[in-house]
Amino acid sequence: MAHTDSETVAEQNGLVKWIDDRFPLTKLIKEHATEYYASKNFNFWYVFGVLATVVLVMQLLTGIFLTMNYKPDANEAFASVEYIMRDVEWGWLIRYMHSTGASAFFIVVYLHMFRAMLYGSYRKPRELIWIIGMLIFLVLMAEAFAGYLLPWGQMSYWGAQVIISLFGAIPAVGDTLVEYIRGDFSISDITLNRFFALHVIALPLALVGLVVVHIMALHEVGSNNPDGIEIKKLKGADGVPLDGIAFHPYHTSKDLVAIIMFMMIFLAVVFFAPEMGGYFLEHANFEPANMMATPEHIAPVWYFTPFYAILRAVPNKLGGVILMILAVMLPLFLPWLDRCKVKSIRYRGWIYKLALTLFVISFIILGWLGTQPPNALYVLLARITALIYFSFFLLMPFYSVIDKTKPVPERVVYHA
Amino acid sequence: MHKVKGISLAALLLALTISPLAMASSGGPALEAADNDMSNIPSLQRGARNFMNYCSGCHSAQYVRFNSMGKDLEFSDKQLVDNLMFNAEKTYETIRSNMPADQSKVWFGVTPPDLSLMARSRGSDYIYNFLRGFYADASRPTGVNNTVLVGTSMPHVLGGLQGLQRAVFHESSHEGQAATTEFQGFEMITAGTMSAEEYDNFVRDTVNFLDYISEPVQMKRRVIGVWTLIFLTLFLIVAYMLKKEIWKDVT
Repeated sequence: MAHTDSETVAEQNGLVKWIDDRFPLTKLIKEHATEYYASKNFNFWYVFGVLATVVLVMQLLTGIFLTMNYKPDANEAFASVEYIMRDVEWGWLIRYMHSTGASAFFIVVYLHMFRAMLYGSYRKPRELIWIIGMLIFLVLMAEAFAGYLLPWGQMSYWGAQVIISLFGAIPAVGDTLVEYIRGDFSISDITLNRFFALHVIALPLALVGLVVVHIMALHEVGSNNPDGIEIKKLKGADGVPLDGIAFHPYHTSKDLVAIIMFMMIFLAVVFFAPEMGGYFLEHANFEPANMMATPEHIAPVWYFTPFYAILRAVPNKLGGVILMILAVMLPLFLPWLDRCKVKSIRYRGWIYKLALTLFVISFIILGWLGTQPPNALYVLLARITALIYFSFFLLMPFYSVIDKTKPVPERVVYHA
Repeated sequence: MHKVKGISLAALLLALTISPLAMASSGGPALEAADNDMSNIPSLQRGARNFMNYCSGCHSAQYVRFNSMGKDLEFSDKQLVDNLMFNAEKTYETIRSNMPADQSKVWFGVTPPDLSLMARSRGSDYIYNFLRGFYADASRPTGVNNTVLVGTSMPHVLGGLQGLQRAVFHESSHEGQAATTEFQGFEMITAGTMSAEEYDNFVRDTVNFLDYISEPVQMKRRVIGVWTLIFLTLFLIVAYMLKKEIWKDVT
């Protein structure tokens, strides 16, 4: 081609040229869409990044409209949520999209992270993408936790009480720190106000910023693929990777299909089962916060329960807190824990396949255990599964090396 | 990919085999299903009548506006004003109780809770069994106790309708263990104005209404949900055809 399509557009369209002289519009579109080349053999597991973006945008938009009617005041918060549910036009839909969106966010993010573990997406040269992704995950947890206090129901109140009190386990400064976080001697109106500030501005701002950096880093290095092959190694005469196709229109048209399928599942939950059997909206949270009455059974929302189960499995409070934090942070070190020659599970041996399978099973069992009231059997089960969870990471430097690998092909595997 | 499906399937099977243990350990008498039907408008209307006549003396439903309730339950403004609004002037007002909260706390020990969300926090089966679970107990200040909420402060407001019943407990003691009492069933002492079946239906209508006010939009959202999914299915077909067309030249 003598000149690219976008140059033609720039010549024809005075406005675009006017902007391009002042802002790199066409350049940005090229770099991040029309001339960003990603492998043509992306499978099912590669849709969760774009889905996470979709959920983020949805949470931001529904959040703005919720803020218009919500009152961050201990005397009015609960009633203002019911006001949104009953009196605000379509308020129920906005609220259910937001509450379902919180759970959906974690589902897609967990699957997005799992994809990275399947195909070694965290490996060199994508370590920084992974680290930024982990930071996004941490901010997301804080964001979800702050948001859960806002409806000011019984579970909002007591869940926050339990989790914040964990900081009290830190020696010497613990109690002071807990008071500092709450801003009071117990969870109160003051806590609600500051959590509102964190939830609607501080954390979302950090989240959006980190997501932009995450995508910039990704587009600098290029996306991984199910074969774990660097497609940039083999380029055609035009400088385009032989196995790469433009993000737009190829991947965008595919992603659109994925987004619609996701929205069908998502909206089916919103319209037919917004409580999701008490997992997305807990029954006890339909009672207003009452500091004089502790609910029978306090459990965090499902997306925190794997880590909560680890916390409870340790008899010592400080030890439990340390292990819980370790459990959240360990994936951060995957780029250096994993010492296998190949990236993708397709060319790894049985050891990693078994390890990853056990890891997933232990994570799901821990998550389920975290929702249940503890008893001796469950604590034992939590200890066994926690041991598997930690072993997956801590033994990885050893088992990933001895694992027998298969030869990795030159080109990605693709069947049109 | 099939490997990963296998993983989740195995985990699901494991979760399913563990969950019965959890059910067994939670205890308490099993709740009979309320079987209320929210698409049954006459039932909801009777429930509203029951609520205003028997519940609203002590309990509020502070998030429920008469006019929006009237719209959903097909009451005219005149019907609302003439038959249901005992303690309200305008139809946009919410359902307040007739009893001052500070005094009811002195009388009952607790302020009768607001019922707007009771069916969501406790479930309709819970309320259905609670309202049928009062029995004579001379040790209680109200003269009655309840199988679902033991030691409840609520008197048997519907006693005139249901009658007064006695609860039969079966006591069993095993060596080395504390004696356990197991609820066996009810026996009627003095009959009320309703037969057992009439009373169950009365309670079912009331629970139906409580279920409705706990989330007034729930019938509507299901209808909108069906249309939304139909639209998305059509959109999906078009988007899939578009994807096929664009990907034709990828080899």
